[in-house]
Amino acid sequence: MDRVKDLASKKAAVIFTKSSCCMCHSITQLFYELGASPAVHELDNDPYGRQMEWALRSLGCNPSVPAVFIGGKFVGSSKDVISLHVDGSLKQLLMDAKAIWF
Amino acid sequence: MPEASRVDSFCLSDFDQSIGNHLENAVELSGNPVNNSLKVSSQTISPGPVHLGTSDRLPISVDRSSFMYLEDRLSLLAQKVQSTNHIIIPSGDTENQEGSAMADASPRTDISTDADTDDKNQRFDGSQSLAAVASDSSDRSKDKTDQKTLRRLAQNREAARKSRLRKKFLQGSRSGYGNSSFVSSGRMQNPAYVQQLESSRLKLTQLEQELQRARQQGIFISSSGDQAHSMSGNGAMQFDVEYARWLEEQNRQINELRAAVNSHASDTELRMIIDGILAHYDDIFRLKGVAAKADVFHLLSGMWKTPAERCFLWLGGFRSSELLKLLVNQLEPLTEQQLVGITNLQQSSQQAEDALSQGMEALQQSLAETLSSGSLGSSGSSGNVANYMGQMAMAMGKLGTLEGFIRQADNLRQQTLQQMHRILTTRQSARALLAIHDYFSRLRALSSLWLARPRD
Repeated sequence: MDRVKDLASKKAAVIFTKSSCCMCHSITQLFYELGASPAVHELDNDPYGRQMEWALRSLGCNPSVPAVFIGGKFVGSSKDVISLHVDGSLKQLLMDAKAIWF
Repeated sequence: MPEASRVDSFCLSDFDQSIGNHLENAVELSGNPVNNSLKVSSQTISPGPVHLGTSDRLPISVDRSSFMYLEDRLSLLAQKVQSTNHIIIPSGDTENQEGSAMADASPRTDISTDADTDDKNQRFDGSQSLAAVASDSSDRSKDKTDQKTLRRLAQNREAARKSRLRKKFLQGSRSGYGNSSFVSSGRMQNPAYVQQLESSRLKLTQLEQELQRARQQGIFISSSGDQAHSMSGNGAMQFDVEYARWLEEQNRQINELRAAVNSHASDTELRMIIDGILAHYDDIFRLKGVAAKADVFHLLSGMWKTPAERCFLWLGGFRSSELLKLLVNQLEPLTEQQLVGITNLQQSSQQAEDALSQGMEALQQSLAETLSSGSLGSSGSSGNVANYMGQMAMAMGKLGTLEGFIRQADNLRQQTLQQMHRILTTRQSARALLAIHDYFSRLRALSSLWLARPRD
């Protein structure tokens, strides 16, 4: 959990993924499309990957990846991200966290 | 084979008509035949906006897809069985073989063809009402004569084919395994191969029985086959039925909304109906979620939708961004704020769609890579088998993620509808929902017209 929180606070937009997860690819692409440059951390390539996955699950993230953090705060999984994007909240969150400017 | 003979017997226009008759057959099964066939025909010939009654033709396409699904499988198996064997019975005395030869193996398909042809003929007769309403009365008598002639020709062809097959069987069975041209072929020596043929034949029989049952019951099929097959078959069929029911209910709600709008009902009343419609949309997304677990490929295939709708299919449903584009013009006048809102919504849904599409592409690529990586190891056969199994396991895992994509695609659709409702006024929302429904019901009517079109 500490490692998760630590990594999540290092950049305005942080996404935890797995290299084999294609939904993670979708969400990451969405962020690129919006002009945010998220920090992407692949759990399966991280020595502490397993514990991190457990930590993400305990935050309520199901499935555990993709797990999105904006401004250090946990936003949710793909379902949450899509819902927030549709009602315009995602852009606002990114702007507030200075991940994007317009 | 049943499928080929069916096409043989009728020229293509009749084939099409028989598809239409599939529709009508299902309609007859589902309720009042006269009313329904009139409804169907009124859909196909009425110009301008299509105002549909309670049944939006979907009970028909439910049956059609299930019929076609079964008949396709039936014909594939029939082809496999017929093209590879003349003797299936591995042993037994000639007496039995002669007798049983008639009941077993491919002649069974002959028998079912008999029933088939009779069925078709019945449907042909039944089809007159559909054909008559849809075309000129002057064509009616001409059609009748043509069909009678075609039927007679079909029956003659059928009889000739049967007698040819019968001769072949008698020749074969008389000499049993002594017939050199069969025994000398390496394959017939292999008991495993013969076993395979046997099981194919059994499968064929099972499918024929399923088809019979489907024709009688029209909707549910309880498969006595292996569990996995029956599960997925049931999942697909169950969803088709639920979807048909959902469409009927939606039609009813939309009619209620239209009546309220035309009678200048109050905003409160409109809001009540609209909330009902939106909740009803929630229902179908929930049903799709369940169906995605049971049979994701059925949803992705779009076989539960009509052909024209299927043309526009994206991840198992409609594209929200396209829908919004169509609506913008119809919703005027919009305030500045509303216009911005709708434009943003359109852009957001487009972006989300693109993101999901890219994820799907990545999945396809990944799957292809997994399946195409050769197991070129210098290790022994056991190593290769382990490799193969490993690759298959990985591929299975990837397929499992398809459900997630459909789920998010539906989530996107649901969110878009709700956000649209939030941006618009009550009256605008009402017009939007009516416009959406009209668009899709025109697509469905277009599918009916297309399927019933005359061809030569």
